[in-house]
Amino acid sequence: MGNRAIAEHAPAAGFYEEKGRFSGLFAWIFSTDHKRIGLLYMISILILFSVGVVFGFLMRLELVSPGKTIMEPQTYNSIFTLHGVIMIFLFIIPGLPAAFGNFFLPIQIGARDVAFPRLNLLSWWLYISGVVFALLALFTGSGPPDTGWTFYAPYSTQTGTNVSLAVFAAFILGFSSILTGLNFVTTIHRLRAPGMSWFRMPLFPWSLYATGWVQLLATPIIGITLLLVIFERLFGVGVFDPLKGGDPILYQHLFWIYSHPAVYIMILPAMGVISEIIPVHAHRTIFGYRFIAYSSLAIAGLGSLVWGHHMFVSGQSYTADVVFSLLTFLVAIPSAIKVFNWVSTLYKGSIVMETPLLYALSFIFLFSIGGLSGLMQGALSVNVHIHDTAFIVGHFHYVMFGGTGFGFFGALHHWFPKMFGRMYNKTHSRIAWFFLFVGFNMLYFPMFILGWMGMPRRYYDYLPQFHTWHLMSTIGSWILISGLILMFANLIRSLRKGERVGSDPWGGSTLEWSISSPPPKENFEEIPRIDHGPYEFKGASKE
Amino acid sequence: MFESLSNIAESVNTAFFFILVISIAMLVLITFLMVFFVIKYSRKRHPTSKSIEGNKLLEVVWTVVPTLLVLGMFYFGWVGYKFMKDVPEDAMVVNATGRMWSWLFEYENGVQSDTLWVPLGRSVHVKLESQDVLHSFYVPAFKIKQDLVPGMTNYVWFTAKEPGEYELFCAEYCGQRHSYMLSKVVVLPEDEFNAWLEKEAKFVSEREPSPDADERELTEASLIRRGERLSKIKGCSACHSTDGSRMVGPTFKGIFGRSTVVVANGEEREVVVDEDYLRKATLNPEAEIVKGFQALMPPQRSLLDDEELDAIIEYLKQLK
Repeated sequence: MGNRAIAEHAPAAGFYEEKGRFSGLFAWIFSTDHKRIGLLYMISILILFSVGVVFGFLMRLELVSPGKTIMEPQTYNSIFTLHGVIMIFLFIIPGLPAAFGNFFLPIQIGARDVAFPRLNLLSWWLYISGVVFALLALFTGSGPPDTGWTFYAPYSTQTGTNVSLAVFAAFILGFSSILTGLNFVTTIHRLRAPGMSWFRMPLFPWSLYATGWVQLLATPIIGITLLLVIFERLFGVGVFDPLKGGDPILYQHLFWIYSHPAVYIMILPAMGVISEIIPVHAHRTIFGYRFIAYSSLAIAGLGSLVWGHHMFVSGQSYTADVVFSLLTFLVAIPSAIKVFNWVSTLYKGSIVMETPLLYALSFIFLFSIGGLSGLMQGALSVNVHIHDTAFIVGHFHYVMFGGTGFGFFGALHHWFPKMFGRMYNKTHSRIAWFFLFVGFNMLYFPMFILGWMGMPRRYYDYLPQFHTWHLMSTIGSWILISGLILMFANLIRSLRKGERVGSDPWGGSTLEWSISSPPPKENFEEIPRIDHGPYEFKGASKE
Repeated sequence: MFESLSNIAESVNTAFFFILVISIAMLVLITFLMVFFVIKYSRKRHPTSKSIEGNKLLEVVWTVVPTLLVLGMFYFGWVGYKFMKDVPEDAMVVNATGRMWSWLFEYENGVQSDTLWVPLGRSVHVKLESQDVLHSFYVPAFKIKQDLVPGMTNYVWFTAKEPGEYELFCAEYCGQRHSYMLSKVVVLPEDEFNAWLEKEAKFVSEREPSPDADERELTEASLIRRGERLSKIKGCSACHSTDGSRMVGPTFKGIFGRSTVVVANGEEREVVVDEDYLRKATLNPEAEIVKGFQALMPPQRSLLDDEELDAIIEYLKQLK
């Protein structure tokens, strides 16, 4: 990307001008600077996001009408597998923590870098290695994997496609995630600026702290599980094979013990971003700071105990079903607390409807629909009907894309001027948001209706009664993609052509707004002393 | 969509509407407040903000109220679910088997069918088993679903409330033709159902060889009819076409006497399809794979008896 171009055009080029041991591309891919690593991650993640979008677009195109439209069933099965693997493991899990967390966590807590800068670089290299293995799985062996991103046994241990390599890629990506989590938890414990007590820390670091623990504790389990799948395929160990005394349900437990907490790895940092955006653009302190902070921990804790709700119709025990359903309903409460506090933060503010706030408020709306539809799935009897239907697909896209995705775009628009020292075209960014928001709802809302009507998920073909809603959903995907293109075109153009901004274009109160844009090498000439909370705004009267 | 076509559907609908009403109320409240605040406290109208740090009473209210609401939702879901799990003792038992990519239903009198026929108003207890990978038995109209797991026997039960034909889907991803693993539930009034069951039972007893040797030709015709039925029931037709089109496996059209290339232990060999070959290829399909196809077919060793295999081969022979 054109970083050198930015350096040429920007007046205060900040860390972009830093002279390290290497120059050119090597100055990036061997840099241990948290800001450079954050940008490396952001570029890699956005490229893979685009690939995932293309796969999603092709799936929707195939489903525009019943019967064969553009591809064969086997191709479709591979494409939905790749769409899932890329979006989950390569975009949304690393997404916010690795890109924005790396860039802003040290700055927000008044540190010069993360606790282990070299480990940080290693985790990016592991990420790239994982990407390479995932791509190899596409083009080698006997065809790309066709198992769905869940790799359910025994299909995954039997299919002739290249599952072993894809699973190995996910295994490596796990280490990247563990190292990032470890790094952030340590950084928050050890490197907060003098005077920054836990409750003077901004809420984005709080959410990264909760996320970090989940990454550390849950990811090893998926690593072991995926290795077992490989052993099963190569040596026929039989852990998941009933003919050898194994159990396919065991695979599902092991998979979801990680993958449900992973859902919170995905959403918590986005919640942190929303907690940053709203006070800045409402120009007042956050409502219920401690409740938002604690609810992150509650979500991380409770969220680790609800995996069985993916298995209500699998044949696990009745007692397990009931307990997991109850715990699932309890995890809704801390999320509700966050939503109420965010909305209350608008009360008596002095609100400027900038693009980041548009994204933050859309996050609340879409995440609420996602969360409320989650309650329907948490209820045992209702779950039986909508399990494994398009309803679930609608639900998790509302949470993951409407939630984390819109959170990511919000973060992108909120921190863009800080990262690059330039402002994007605000009008264009609002138009792009409008297309995204309308397209999103048109694409995913029909899935709730389809699911309730009984349309199973992962279906290449469908019966005629489902056609209308599938058609509407596919048209929605075209609108959504137009919005994405518009948004990225605007941002990329603004890297060079955007208007220059000072250190604090929004009137923010956290530490990143006190240093120049883009930030200088090592962030602070002198480490600041903190003597107040994170969201005290000039001119805001206290009650 | 919202009718109650089975006794189970009723309780699912109740829980769903309870949650739906609360959800809509919540969503409207949240959205209304956001829009209202954004307009009322825009910088133009409200240049100076007030930093309110929180309100303990509000926090308690919006913790306790949602807690009560979600506990209510949990309760409704639980009650309905408990009902789904308690099978009445007098329910009619049907054994269902799922395999890539078709269904087999077996009744207590030995009748086999690829469609699930059930009597109206009587409880039906479906025992679910899988021959290969995970599948899921899903009848949207009845709002019932349960996975089929190899090595386990799961179950569902229901009482149908209206006669008719209802879709049956596989809802757990099971490979290439997952979206074609469809069947139907046919609900008939009790007497019509019994008539059907009796007629089918005759088909089962037809296996006895005809005592009259002169009727040999007639027997052959009935053998072919039998083979045709079996090729559907046993799932052959889910992967092998009879019209020459290529599906997951080679087509049955003109299979007998065709010369074809097979791969065994990595070596290619040309064979002419005869009775012997068909027998081998059905019972031990993994030994020789037809070139250009994947080794997907499960061995039928324990799934077909000699008579059934004879009938299927007789049927295949005459598919020109």
